[in-house]
Amino acid sequence: MDSGNTAWMLIATALVLFMTPGLAFFYGGMVRAKNVLGMLMQNFFAMGLLAVIWAVLAFSLAFGDFGNGGLIGNLDFVGLRDVATGLGPAAMKLSIPFVLFCAYQMTFAIITPALITGATADRLKFSAYAVFIGVWVVVVYAPVAHWVFAGGWLAKLGALDFAGGAVVHINAGAAALALILVLGKRLGWPRDAMHPHSLPLTMLGTGILWFGWFGFNAGSALAADGVAAMAAMNTFLAASAGMLGWVAVEKLKDGKPTTLGAASGAVAGLVAITPCAGFVGGLSPIAIGTIAGVVCFLAIQLKYRLGYDDALDVVGVHLVGGLAGALLLGFFADSAVNAAVVDPGVFLGGGFTLLGYQAVASISVLAFSLVVSLALAKAIDMAIGLRVSKEDEMNGLDLSQHAENAYAFDDLGSMGRIG
Amino acid sequence: MKLVTAIIKPYKLDEVKDALKGAGLAGLTIDEVRGFGRQGGHTETYRGAEYAVDFLPKVRIEIVVADPDVDRIVDVIVAAARTGKIGDGKVWVTDIAKLVRIRTGELDADAV
Repeated sequence: MDSGNTAWMLIATALVLFMTPGLAFFYGGMVRAKNVLGMLMQNFFAMGLLAVIWAVLAFSLAFGDFGNGGLIGNLDFVGLRDVATGLGPAAMKLSIPFVLFCAYQMTFAIITPALITGATADRLKFSAYAVFIGVWVVVVYAPVAHWVFAGGWLAKLGALDFAGGAVVHINAGAAALALILVLGKRLGWPRDAMHPHSLPLTMLGTGILWFGWFGFNAGSALAADGVAAMAAMNTFLAASAGMLGWVAVEKLKDGKPTTLGAASGAVAGLVAITPCAGFVGGLSPIAIGTIAGVVCFLAIQLKYRLGYDDALDVVGVHLVGGLAGALLLGFFADSAVNAAVVDPGVFLGGGFTLLGYQAVASISVLAFSLVVSLALAKAIDMAIGLRVSKEDEMNGLDLSQHAENAYAFDDLGSMGRIG
Repeated sequence: MKLVTAIIKPYKLDEVKDALKGAGLAGLTIDEVRGFGRQGGHTETYRGAEYAVDFLPKVRIEIVVADPDVDRIVDVIVAAARTGKIGDGKVWVTDIAKLVRIRTGELDADAV
């Protein structure tokens, strides 16, 4: 066991966990004031529910039978059996406690389903949400994590995904698309304006996400080493370039640089660099971030053309940004940065081999997540209903789902205790 | 000329506004208000303690209307704001003694 690596991974685990509250505020600021607690609750609840499911079952399905080149793990680590001591199976070559690896991966399993909440904002019933993410983390997230992170079939094939471009972003984006296709549009969309109720909250959330993302990407090196340092620098530069790319095109198209555009561009850059973080170098992250900022800006217009209500642009930013990052890695992967890059990218003289693997991985994850999520959404809709009633949607999720009010700016009027 | 005042459910505002625009109305003023009526309130819960909130959010609309249009405008508001459930609100009409358009100084019927 390496104490330096362990120290860094303890911190990285906390950093990634902090991204979920960051995401809650990023999204929470963008919804209307009557739905902000509904949004915060969905994200925070993921930290409760999914941590427990991860420890009891999902970790084993994802990381059991490491390196089998297959579709799913096994039940060896159910209930954290054999996880508490040692460095885990030799094939994993860990230099940190196995239980810390499990905790680190747990934070990924929490934020991935939480990403979906931005698409389904303002209308998804809380009980249906809890059932959906609880089942989804077992039947979709665990297998896909196995394919890529645990020596499953995509890893064996030669596809690269440093911190989860496919496992996290394409996966969550495809599930978000499936869920909103079953759920339908918000009442009044796209006719009525549904402005963000607090952009300062959104900016705060963006800052927390950016900060936490260093744990997400640099932590995915699983060591405090040069690859981690490279991943940290690449993460920083891609976020910055993503912001510049988004703000530049929105200034050209709409006339003003906006705070929401700056925040969205930074997140798009962070999404796209996620699969690339420890595999690229030089100025590649600036190119990847800029392209992601521009492409995601264009992608979020699609919902108006195609008529699906992706409320806070999870498909436009995470699915499209994840696809952009996964495919751009096929151009920019550099074996001088990381020896794990066997086939360098197109721009590094490696030909199209890696790009082919990246395309296979991206399409496989997209298709699997979309199909299983559609079936799951449909089943939950038939069993308990996905959507709140019209009256509850109009009154807002805060009151209808949680019997609370986010902003009590005055105490005008009576509010008597009855129980 | 008359002042038409309506208290409606907040989420009905867009429908009422669109209906009034469709009826040729040029402008209106709104307020966010709270009221207490037959609808009753709702309950909120904080750390296990349950509270009754009696005053519910409503929107008050005020429109100055020329005399011949009054009945038509009232009908438009009632039709657009109605859900059939308790709490749909009320509309009433009052006389206006004098009306001035600030920009031009026009008076009464000319200022509507």
